[in-house]
Amino acid sequence: MSDSQWPLWEVFTQGDHGEPFEHAGSVHAADAEQAMQNARDVYARRGEAINLWVVPSTAIVASAPSDAGPFFDPGNDKAYRHPQFYKVPKGVKVF
Amino acid sequence: MTQKPGAPSASLASPAAARSAPAANPLFEYVVRLGDDRLVLGHRLAEWCGHGPILEEDIALANIALDLTGQAAALLALAGEIEGAGRDEDALAYFRDETQFRNALITELPKGDFGFTIVRQFFFDAYSYLLWEALAGAKHAKLAALAAKSLKEDTYHLRHSGEWVRKLGDGTAESHARAQAAVDALWRFTAELFESDAVDLAVAKDGIAVDHGALAERWRAIVEPVLREATLTVPAAPGAAATGGRRGRHTEHLGHLLAEMQIVARSHPGAAW
Repeated sequence: MSDSQWPLWEVFTQGDHGEPFEHAGSVHAADAEQAMQNARDVYARRGEAINLWVVPSTAIVASAPSDAGPFFDPGNDKAYRHPQFYKVPKGVKVF
Repeated sequence: MTQKPGAPSASLASPAAARSAPAANPLFEYVVRLGDDRLVLGHRLAEWCGHGPILEEDIALANIALDLTGQAAALLALAGEIEGAGRDEDALAYFRDETQFRNALITELPKGDFGFTIVRQFFFDAYSYLLWEALAGAKHAKLAALAAKSLKEDTYHLRHSGEWVRKLGDGTAESHARAQAAVDALWRFTAELFESDAVDLAVAKDGIAVDHGALAERWRAIVEPVLREATLTVPAAPGAAATGGRRGRHTEHLGHLLAEMQIVARSHPGAAW
C-alpha cells in the first residue's frame, strides 16, 4: 500500500540552551516551511522547545536490524574501552 | 463610518445598542470589541477540532483557537475591570445576548470549507497583527502589555495562514477555485475592520489612538502581495461593505454560535470544573 500523504519529516527539539537536540517525533508536510510550522504546532506548542530542527525522513540513514550484532555486541564485554581507569586530577571538577 | 467628535455615536442611537451594556463608557466598549472579535473567531476555529484536513493542521487550528480564546479572556477581564460593575470575563462572554456583542461580522461567518476558514483567518490575522503592533504603544499599561503579548501569537498566526493561502491559491485547480471563491465572498467584510466611529475617537483622547486609514493601507500591503503570489485575483471593487457588528447588528449566524457557546454556562450558572 502506498503512502498517499505528504512526505515525512523528523522533528528534533532543543529544550534549553546548550542542551542536545532530541528526536521528538515526525510530521507530514509538503515543504520545509510547513514542516517547521507543523513541528512547532505538534511538538513545541506547550513550551517544550526553544529551537527546532526538521529533517526529511529520507535523509536519515538508519542502522539495519542485521547490523545489531556486529555493531553493538562487541561493546558489551570490554570494560577497558571505557575511560574509567584514569584518575581524575585534583582540581578538575566532576560534573 | 466616520463621525465628528462629539456627535452621538450610532451605537448609542440604535435601539439594539440601547439595550446593551453601558456604551457610555467608550474604553469599555473599545476593549469589548477587541475581545469579542477573538472570542467569536476562536470559537469558529475551534469548530475544526477533530475535523482538520490532516492531523497536524487540526492541532494547528485548535492551537490558534486557544490563542484567540486566551486573548479574548484577558481582554474581557480587562473590560470588566474598566466597567467596574462586577462583571468578569465569563459574565461578558456567556451572559450577553447577540445584540450586545461587538465583534466584526467577518469573525462570525460560518467556518465554510477549509479554504474559506484559511482566507478569513489570513484577512483577520493581518489586521490583528497590525492592530496589536499599534496598540503596543497605547498609553494604557494593561492594554499595551496585552498587545505586546498577543503580537507574538499573531505573528505566528499570520505566518501560518499566509503560507496556507499561498498553497491553496497556487495549488490544484480545486484548491485555487475554493480559495478564490473565499476571497471574493469575504472581501466586502474587510472594510468593517478599519471603520472608525465615536468610540475610536473617544479612546484616542485617552492615548489609545489607532490610525485606521493607515492600518487599512498597511493591511493591503500585506494581503495583496500574498494573494498575487498565490495566483489569486484581488477583487477590483470593495463591493457593498458589510458592516454593523460594532453596533450589535449581526448576521443570522451569530445567534446560533452563541447558543452553542453559552449553553453550558447558562444551564449551570457558577459551575466550576
